[in-house]
Amino acid sequence: MFFGFLDELRAAGIPASLKEHLMLLEALDREVIDRSPEQFYYLSRAIYVKDEGLLDRFDQVFNKVFKGILTDYGQNPVEVPADWLKAVAEKFLTPEEMEAIKSLGSWDEIMETLKKRLEEQQKRHEGGSKWVGTGGTSPFGNSGYNPEGVRIGGESKHKRALKVWEKREFANLDNTKELGTRNIKIALRRLRKFAREGAADELDIPGTIDGTARQGWLDIRMRPERRNAVKLLLFLDVGGSMDPFIKLCEELFSAATSEFKNLEFFYFHNCPYEGVWKDNKRRWSERTPMWDILHKYGHDYKVVFVGDASMSAYEISHPGGSVEHFNEESGAVWMQRLTHVYPAAVWLNPVPEAHWGYTQSVKLIKQLMNDRMYPLTLSGLDDAMRELTRKH
Amino acid sequence: MRFEGTSAYIATDDLMVAVNAATLLRRPLLVKGEPGTGKTVLAEEIAKAFDAPLITWNIKSTTKAQQGLYEYDAVARLRDGQLGEERVHDIRNYIRKGKLWEAFTSPKLPVLLIDEIDKADIEFPNDLLQELDRMAFHVYETDETISARERPIVVITSNNEKELPDAFLRRCFFHYIKFPDRDTMAAIVEVHFPGIQKTLVSRAMDIFYDVREVPGLKKKPSTSELIDWLKLLLAEDMPLEVLQNRDVGKAIPPLHGALLKNEQDVMLFEKLAFMARRQG
Repeated sequence: MFFGFLDELRAAGIPASLKEHLMLLEALDREVIDRSPEQFYYLSRAIYVKDEGLLDRFDQVFNKVFKGILTDYGQNPVEVPADWLKAVAEKFLTPEEMEAIKSLGSWDEIMETLKKRLEEQQKRHEGGSKWVGTGGTSPFGNSGYNPEGVRIGGESKHKRALKVWEKREFANLDNTKELGTRNIKIALRRLRKFAREGAADELDIPGTIDGTARQGWLDIRMRPERRNAVKLLLFLDVGGSMDPFIKLCEELFSAATSEFKNLEFFYFHNCPYEGVWKDNKRRWSERTPMWDILHKYGHDYKVVFVGDASMSAYEISHPGGSVEHFNEESGAVWMQRLTHVYPAAVWLNPVPEAHWGYTQSVKLIKQLMNDRMYPLTLSGLDDAMRELTRKH
Repeated sequence: MRFEGTSAYIATDDLMVAVNAATLLRRPLLVKGEPGTGKTVLAEEIAKAFDAPLITWNIKSTTKAQQGLYEYDAVARLRDGQLGEERVHDIRNYIRKGKLWEAFTSPKLPVLLIDEIDKADIEFPNDLLQELDRMAFHVYETDETISARERPIVVITSNNEKELPDAFLRRCFFHYIKFPDRDTMAAIVEVHFPGIQKTLVSRAMDIFYDVREVPGLKKKPSTSELIDWLKLLLAEDMPLEVLQNRDVGKAIPPLHGALLKNEQDVMLFEKLAFMARRQG
């Protein structure tokens, strides 16, 4: 049962598995819901969807799979008896208007006038309070009925007229993100080096035994908890050709800032030169000289560049090649200095690896990095972190 | 045993289905949603509806999964040993029960709320997988297994600060509390302020939903903010005219401190109001 549904869900990228499927069958067995389509929709949604970003996709799949199977039998708006309509007409048209219409004698005319009147009324009642017939005064209940072609009632409030899943209320939550920050964090976890720093709040059992044996009385020793002590310098390329990759870089950045305590980040444009900056709004006024960075952060810092390395080759190889300012020394010189001071360094490139060969500057940077350029994908990130832990 | 909302909590149809499925099958129910849409309150109300004791485990960034099971206080035992206390001979005296233990051995079927699970370390949910699946765990110090007499009702809330692992999600029912529409909101307000003046609520909600529509807000006001704001409006005995015929574009709503919690948002509003006045 429902295997087609499961397949469709999986095809749409909703990570549903047999476990969820069995859960659904169990829930149906135990009669968690009564047998209405809405309840079934709610139940299967609670079971299959675990991320609000996927709710919209689920709605679409549900609609596709169950359309035509669920009939509208007994739920369709029925044609309204004429005397009901007359009652409404009396309610919303003045006696003079009624007379005028009667003299015309045409049913269509009456409908047309009534429709206009109701539209006017809706406009006047702006601000959301409902109109025709809610609250039980009108003979046909909640707003709207549908006598052939003339739809009076605007947005239907009747739940069954538009099925819940067809409303697609969660459309704006669908983010279709490929790389979640969780996956990035897991990859960054490779870069862990534990050290004991900070407040002593853990019992050091070997230390205590040792101390007790030496002193002759119970000598309790405490020690700080193990924490990740890796130090990281992150250089991010901004602007120009990096614009398509902003989202990806943001995710990497947010994952990195939460994962590493000792993280410093700087921005550069295209290629690192003598100055970098921390705030893109004040990139011209508040620059940090590269020499200061080289002096301030020790050799044990690991360096990660993030950039597409796509520029004119002159920007790397020649003094004065920068597109933004006049650089006294070429980008290549600065890259060599950086990789010399920080032996553990990698370059992450958001451009797909297959395209690297077409750009001269990518080849140049890769050469300057001693081939340590990795694509900004999960596996690339994994390799990069492995590389960083290898060097000390 | 069916949950149908309580006199103090308005539950939508989809929420009821999720809660009932989770309580009948005794699987954890994971609840997400914008802050202030009543995630934590839901657990309290479920407990109230089923007349069950509520056991709350508030998660912080330093919380470890083990703390929910039990903690063995070795330091206290060492100290006692040095002083020659009698209780030192029984290791049980130094085992502190955690919230999960408490829930498993509760004499009455409890509701266990694991609040803001995303605050904890990224591995935290994985460490609880087995325990929540089998509703049992092993105490190494005394070599006994604590298992639940009856699987407790577990409600887990998350604010989406961290993503949860797939294996963990597979074991849960999931419900995303959507921001309430006007009708639901009116019902919620009615529950909190029975007999409140209809026009006041209607005006206040106009302003409230308009404020939420303003693009670029850092923190959109939510249900709890609306409730607070109404409380303030009532306490200040704000005349209805102040709220009437107002356009959010023109000026900041009265007592906006209850709705806007961020100075940048207030500034954004002042800027918008200034621009609207200049155009008008």
